[in-house]
Amino acid sequence: MGCLAVQGATTALGAQPQQSAQDGFLPMDDVPAEDQLPAAPLLAAAYAVVWAIAIGYLWTIWRRIGSVERELADVSRRVTEREGR
Amino acid sequence: MNRRLFPVLTALSLVFFVVAPILIVRAPYEQEMGLIQKIFYFHFPAWMAMFLAVFVLGIASIIFLFRRKPSADRLAVAAAEAAIVFGLMGLITGPLWAVKSWGVWWTWDARTTMASILELILVAYLLLRNYGGAGSDRLAAGIGIFAMANIPFLYVSTTIWRTIHPPTSVVPTLPVDFGLPLWWSVAGFVVLCFAFLTARSRLEEQRATLDQLYLALEDD
Repeated sequence: MGCLAVQGATTALGAQPQQSAQDGFLPMDDVPAEDQLPAAPLLAAAYAVVWAIAIGYLWTIWRRIGSVERELADVSRRVTEREGR
Repeated sequence: MNRRLFPVLTALSLVFFVVAPILIVRAPYEQEMGLIQKIFYFHFPAWMAMFLAVFVLGIASIIFLFRRKPSADRLAVAAAEAAIVFGLMGLITGPLWAVKSWGVWWTWDARTTMASILELILVAYLLLRNYGGAGSDRLAAGIGIFAMANIPFLYVSTTIWRTIHPPTSVVPTLPVDFGLPLWWSVAGFVVLCFAFLTARSRLEEQRATLDQLYLALEDD
């Protein structure tokens, strides 16, 4: 009687019947449309990446040139001042 | 390098990149791959630009090793950086294409493996230049020549070894509808490569001038 009560309580709580573990993975030949990767986001991502890398690299060059030119102006001024003494 | 060259090259490459999507959208869908095949119009040109940059690196490295011309060394550094940038474009657009058409993000076939190794060789070149100390410029030039020697093998890898990549015969035999957007994009990437080389070489020139000025300050 007690066992039946426990079993009833377990079923009432929504416990699933135990399934056997999957032995391995098997390839699927025809993938359903809803499971296939959409091409458009991948294509858009590829173009976005190319643009981002190109613009990003040009921006880094611009920053580095700016930094060097500022330092160049400062050192040139110091050399000129020293030669003027 | 001529200061006026960079804005001209940048403007020209911008024209190519603005018109390219129009040609790409108008290009027909490929029968097997469909829409995802259109990554080809950026993926292939990125690698062509990378190969061009690596050839510039190799030739400039040879000139620097045997003639000791500082301008060749500066061009080599610029070319190495540009090659890494274009290689990065290729290594990112490739898996985005592969995951849809091959079903995997990456596979260690001959071409993809050699391309990754070439990218690492170029990174090694820059690390050596930045942290190698005295004499590293000549050692790096040797690496630059080695990188250039890899290019022919990388290009024919799909012919020599059995790979998942399409063979090299695909591009020369492309129908006009596919060929026009492809070669337009290749032209755009080549112009962009020269723009990168111009800008980056100028940075190296400015740094060399700065070094000379610091030496002049120390002498005083």
